[in-house]
Amino acid sequence: MATRQVQIASSVGLHARPASLFVQAATATGLPVTVAKEGGNPVDARSILMVMALGAKHGETVVLSAEGEGADAALDSLVELLSRDLDAE
Amino acid sequence: MSGEASLRTFHGIGVSAGTAVGPLVVVTPAPKPPADEPATTDAAAASATVHAVLEQVASGLEARAAAASDHARPILEAGAMMARDPGLAMGIDTQLGKGLGITTAVTAAVEEYCAMFESLGGYMAERVTDLRDVRDRAVARLLGQPEPGVPTLSVPSVLAAHDLAPAETATLTAETCLGIVTEAGGPTSHTAILAAQLGIPAIVQAVGILEVAAGTVVAIDGGVGEITVDPSDEEIELLAERKRRRAAALAGGTGKGSTKDGYPVALLANIGTADDARKAAAQPVEGVGLFRTEFLFLDRDTMPTVEEQTATYTEVFTAFGDRRVVVRTLDAGADKPLKFADLGPEENPALGRRGLRLGMIRTDVMDTQLQALANAYQATGADVRVMAPMVATQAEATWFAERVRALGLPKVGVMIEVPAAAIRSRGILYHVDFASLGTNDLQQYTMAADRMQGELAALLNPWEPALLDVVALACDGGQAMGKPIGVCGEAGGDPALALVLAGLGVSSLSMAPGKVPAVRTSLSLHTREQCQQMAAAARAAVDAAGARAAVLAMADPVLLDLI
Repeated sequence: MATRQVQIASSVGLHARPASLFVQAATATGLPVTVAKEGGNPVDARSILMVMALGAKHGETVVLSAEGEGADAALDSLVELLSRDLDAE
Repeated sequence: MSGEASLRTFHGIGVSAGTAVGPLVVVTPAPKPPADEPATTDAAAASATVHAVLEQVASGLEARAAAASDHARPILEAGAMMARDPGLAMGIDTQLGKGLGITTAVTAAVEEYCAMFESLGGYMAERVTDLRDVRDRAVARLLGQPEPGVPTLSVPSVLAAHDLAPAETATLTAETCLGIVTEAGGPTSHTAILAAQLGIPAIVQAVGILEVAAGTVVAIDGGVGEITVDPSDEEIELLAERKRRRAAALAGGTGKGSTKDGYPVALLANIGTADDARKAAAQPVEGVGLFRTEFLFLDRDTMPTVEEQTATYTEVFTAFGDRRVVVRTLDAGADKPLKFADLGPEENPALGRRGLRLGMIRTDVMDTQLQALANAYQATGADVRVMAPMVATQAEATWFAERVRALGLPKVGVMIEVPAAAIRSRGILYHVDFASLGTNDLQQYTMAADRMQGELAALLNPWEPALLDVVALACDGGQAMGKPIGVCGEAGGDPALALVLAGLGVSSLSMAPGKVPAVRTSLSLHTREQCQQMAAAARAAVDAAGARAAVLAMADPVLLDLI
């Protein structure tokens, strides 16, 4: 199981357009990626509903996990995505 | 055949004039899960069925997205994404595992997310509409019914529905939607107002329209409110002839409104946004008789700043150059609550702290708006006239007038929509320069009949003699004080009723811009004296139908082609 921690850089948090871009990227990895707030229950990162319901705000740290071939590379790309202010792009 | 024959022609209330012939497309209402739905015994099989249906919903939305406008595409794509959402599928599986019936499980899972999103507010709360749309489509498919809502109109069609929500009418265009017929709704419902704005013939209160099979060709006349099912060639030709006569009657006139003998009645536009302003300014109208400013405030977490409001007002004033713009200050209340100025729920919002009443409590909101209007006036030097909604007493009118004048705004007025203000219009007008009759609300208060209740449409007919009496009282006060009284409700856009209003002494009529040409022609065909006689005849009638019939009997025959 690969895991990564990352701070949400988007000014609106993991909502709206940033959430949508993140979910699309997580789905594109083809792996069962999960996302959790620190100490919270992990949710399916391919679900826009669950990701939005997570309510991760700007500056909060989330934990990404994935299993399977290419999990490390997949998580690295997702970490890179969340480290950018997606809303400003 | 006798049973069918009785359904061949039926009537509703015509709310947007014009004629149309086309196949009927039925807007199906969203189905509810059946109360007696059997419990789920095989959760795995039910889950597979739901997943297959959600995939169908998603591909359907994607197909529509591909053909949609740039504006509508992201909404449809977001819907498809939600239909395929693994979190939604998981939520539904949980409910199925508890043994809930299949459509009940879908509804319960969706509601769980909706409750969560609504509590988060803002952007998230807006997604609730998308999510419920996916739910309605999935539930309909599970019940073997067509997906609800306005279908894609591949050929120009006449739309039939129980009623249309604002979101459903927003995507309609006159190119593909030839006409609208609804079972519910009233002359002042959203559907009626929007259809008139788009110039789409429309009929409301057409009970029985949903019993006509989809695809059947119907002919509709949005002026008289008549629907003919499966019309003969002869009937279609008659309607076409009527359309030609209407076009001929409307041709030519673009000047200022006046009666045949030159009594001026200014013809003005009702607008709600800067975009409306640009469109209306391109039409031959004499200005704006009602600029509703609510759009700036609704769906906002915080009050729009003076700068933002100033920019919008400046845009609107600039569009109209030296033509008048009558601005109505914010008309909000418990039925149209503002997040930043919510006084809480009320038992009877229409009778509660709305309009100026809210403005007198939240003076910060009122003063910010007035300051922005004053800035935009200073910047443009336009003919700006500011009026307050929901004024009931002279003290309220005076309070408002002092505040507006203190900021250097040139003209101040009030809406007359509360019967008390109409009855005592002299006092109301004492400290202000003009008044405008909001006939929609004035009627709802005169008749004690909720405008939003389609079932009460019979009490809300603007030809109601009691309403005309109240309008007459207000106009008498205006004449005694030598101050102009206009009309900015839907009544002013009816080419026959406009004659009655002119006869009662109103000096301006404000309406959806599309209605102006017919009213202009109608006024030009009748003298002021004829209008006064018509007003007397309408007030002498026992009911709305009698009032209208009396006026039509006295009118120039060309008027019949305009309605």
